[in-house]
Amino acid sequence: MVQAKVSARRTKGGRSAQGEVVEFGVESHTIAVIVDNEAGVLARVIGLFSGRGYNIDSLTVAEVDVADHLSRITVVTSGTPMIIEQIKAQLNRLVPVHKVTDLTTEGPHVERELALIKVTGSGEKRVESLRIAEIFRARVVDSTNNSFVFEMTGAPSKIYAFINLMVPLGLVDVSRTGVVAISRGAEPF
Amino acid sequence: MADGEMTGAEMVIKALLDQGVDVIFGYPGGAVLPIYDALFQQNSLRHILVRHEAGAVHAAEGYARSTGKVGVVLVTSGPGATNCVTGLTDALMDSIPVVCLTGQVPTHLIGNDAFQEADTVGITRPCTKHNYLIKHIDDLSRIIHEAFYVAKAGRPGPVVVDIPKDIVINEGVYKNHAGAVHRSYQPTVKGDPTHIQQAVELLASAKRPIIYAGGGVINSGPAASQLLTNFAQMTGYPVTLTVMGLGAYPASDPQFLGMLGMHGTYEANMAMAECDVMLAIGSRFDDRITGRLDAFSQGSKKIHVDIDPSSINKNVHVDVPIVGDVGYVLEDMTKFWKSKLRRPDAGAIDAWWKQIDKWRKKNSLAYKNSKKLIKPQYALERLYAQIKERDVYITTEVGQHQMWAAQFLKFEKPNHWMTSGGLGTMGYGLPAAVGVQIAHPDALVIDVAGEASIMMNIQEMSTIAQYRLPVKVFILNNGYMGMVRQWQEFFHGGRYSETYMDSLPDFVKLAESFGAKGLRATKPEEVDDVIAEMIETETAVIVDMVVDPEENVYPMIPAGAAHYEMKLGAGDAVDGQPTEDGMVLV
Repeated sequence: MVQAKVSARRTKGGRSAQGEVVEFGVESHTIAVIVDNEAGVLARVIGLFSGRGYNIDSLTVAEVDVADHLSRITVVTSGTPMIIEQIKAQLNRLVPVHKVTDLTTEGPHVERELALIKVTGSGEKRVESLRIAEIFRARVVDSTNNSFVFEMTGAPSKIYAFINLMVPLGLVDVSRTGVVAISRGAEPF
Repeated sequence: MADGEMTGAEMVIKALLDQGVDVIFGYPGGAVLPIYDALFQQNSLRHILVRHEAGAVHAAEGYARSTGKVGVVLVTSGPGATNCVTGLTDALMDSIPVVCLTGQVPTHLIGNDAFQEADTVGITRPCTKHNYLIKHIDDLSRIIHEAFYVAKAGRPGPVVVDIPKDIVINEGVYKNHAGAVHRSYQPTVKGDPTHIQQAVELLASAKRPIIYAGGGVINSGPAASQLLTNFAQMTGYPVTLTVMGLGAYPASDPQFLGMLGMHGTYEANMAMAECDVMLAIGSRFDDRITGRLDAFSQGSKKIHVDIDPSSINKNVHVDVPIVGDVGYVLEDMTKFWKSKLRRPDAGAIDAWWKQIDKWRKKNSLAYKNSKKLIKPQYALERLYAQIKERDVYITTEVGQHQMWAAQFLKFEKPNHWMTSGGLGTMGYGLPAAVGVQIAHPDALVIDVAGEASIMMNIQEMSTIAQYRLPVKVFILNNGYMGMVRQWQEFFHGGRYSETYMDSLPDFVKLAESFGAKGLRATKPEEVDDVIAEMIETETAVIVDMVVDPEENVYPMIPAGAAHYEMKLGAGDAVDGQPTEDGMVLV
């Protein structure tokens, strides 16, 4: 089994889990933000990032508490430690924000992403792609005579590795959800 | 707590009255007609009609800064709301509490490109502390009260409430939510005692201390300025203020080193560079203060007191951060200081003051006076001499005159100096003076202006005429956009591109056309009499003080230089071209 470089989170130069080259001193952080589920909150958070020139490597949002109208936004961002502190402070001072948690610094946490991967091909390549999908425990959710769509859930590094393997086997398109994350253990974040 | 059935428009007025508002600044339009109708039929809430919505927001800012209350604006949808953007951005940068009510097209027309529709909430999202679009009449009273809370809590700022026209026509039940606290937004106001103690220890052991205070002290209230004054006098340490903090410490006190920063005094900037302990209180290490960041006060330990945690460690690494309202923190610091056994090293502090006095001898604010031309510094010195015994409020526009006003007018108390520091908005001063005069009808209110800036919101002279406001407009007329011309002289080889103010109006005739008195001085010997006449006149006055066209503001920290590399005069002129880093800075 091909082992992807899981050096990601605190790379001081090298490659991030997503595979991009990361500069020296820049770190990738996964931040969970609990916000009021009201119109415009997502625009506000994204406006904060774009207005101040911070990176959004991935962003997911969904309502998590119907009774209290709260949503959880999970952002993967990268920057120097001073920038990361600024990002958290700026998020904290937004009025609809209840809580900002930096999962990368808080401790062990689980990160997952879902991807739909379309691969076209025939003959040997088609068989090989199916075999690799089995190894990665990806499911086939669509199949025609010359194409498959694989559904895969896993850590971003696993998805990155699978996609890389599909490239020479006829990868055509990828649709990813972005990272959701939650801490390990009993703490409620 | 009065509940009752009423229209949305009546609810707006009731909510404002329940919040203690007595005056609002606004301009009507289609989307807010119902609110204006309700205003017409009552007498408790006063409305000041401006002549441009930007004037309404600046007036609200002047009102807020001179009273400590929240300034309130009422404008219509579309262009009314977009005209407020500059003022809102200005209030955000200078942390002024403003609540701006904007009209909006009816809810079923939103998103339809209706007449006078604009995505107000989308446009003002980055330039306000928070904003709201009211979707249902049941939310109206709660949201207006919440807007006031957000505008005032923690670091003050502007809040926009967008109110669709069908909501204000509908009927609903009003609930008084004044005093309610937001469920998640509750800024910290009391500083961490451990950090405060650390700070006091550091200050007590300092050999070359400096207190660097800013607008946050003013925002905290007059008590904070008094606490700062007491603390400084108890410790005997030198104090410097930013342009937004002027008045927080009495300027005539010998412990005051003058304003610091790009155009601050030599002694203030040198003390910041050479200190070993810096107490930053209610200030934010703005680039006008720090100069080149990698050369800023390298050898000092820094204590930073600020109510906004995102302000701390943003530009400059600090050693002791304290998040809290400066008033509470100063109280605690004073208590700890008094209870300490260790006293500062009197010998070292004495030596530090001797060094500061040596720097003071440079007399960095000195200028070469003239017998033929009025020097702008001379005009302001003479103005100060005649106003200092009075209850006077000063607003300014932006540019050279603003810097000279900050250097030559001295403030003993807070809330008497209104200027646009963070955003630097030309056209701020005249409408701000309107707001100040409305708040203080019997005071002497003077807008120190340049002839370029005054043209930006000159239409507010009509507001001044309508309400018989005796505002004095003191124009330092040098025929150029002074500050820009100064930069073009230093950094662009003297190529004055588009900075000459061609086709200026005759300001005396302009004043008279608005029902005000117009005065002009062109020679130094006329200055005193013109100023005296300006002060004695009971109506509004415009003074056209024709000054030396090519005078420059000194000292100056050139763009990209370190904060101790000040140019002190024409002899010290900026030589050659600045570095590439310097050229890209504003």
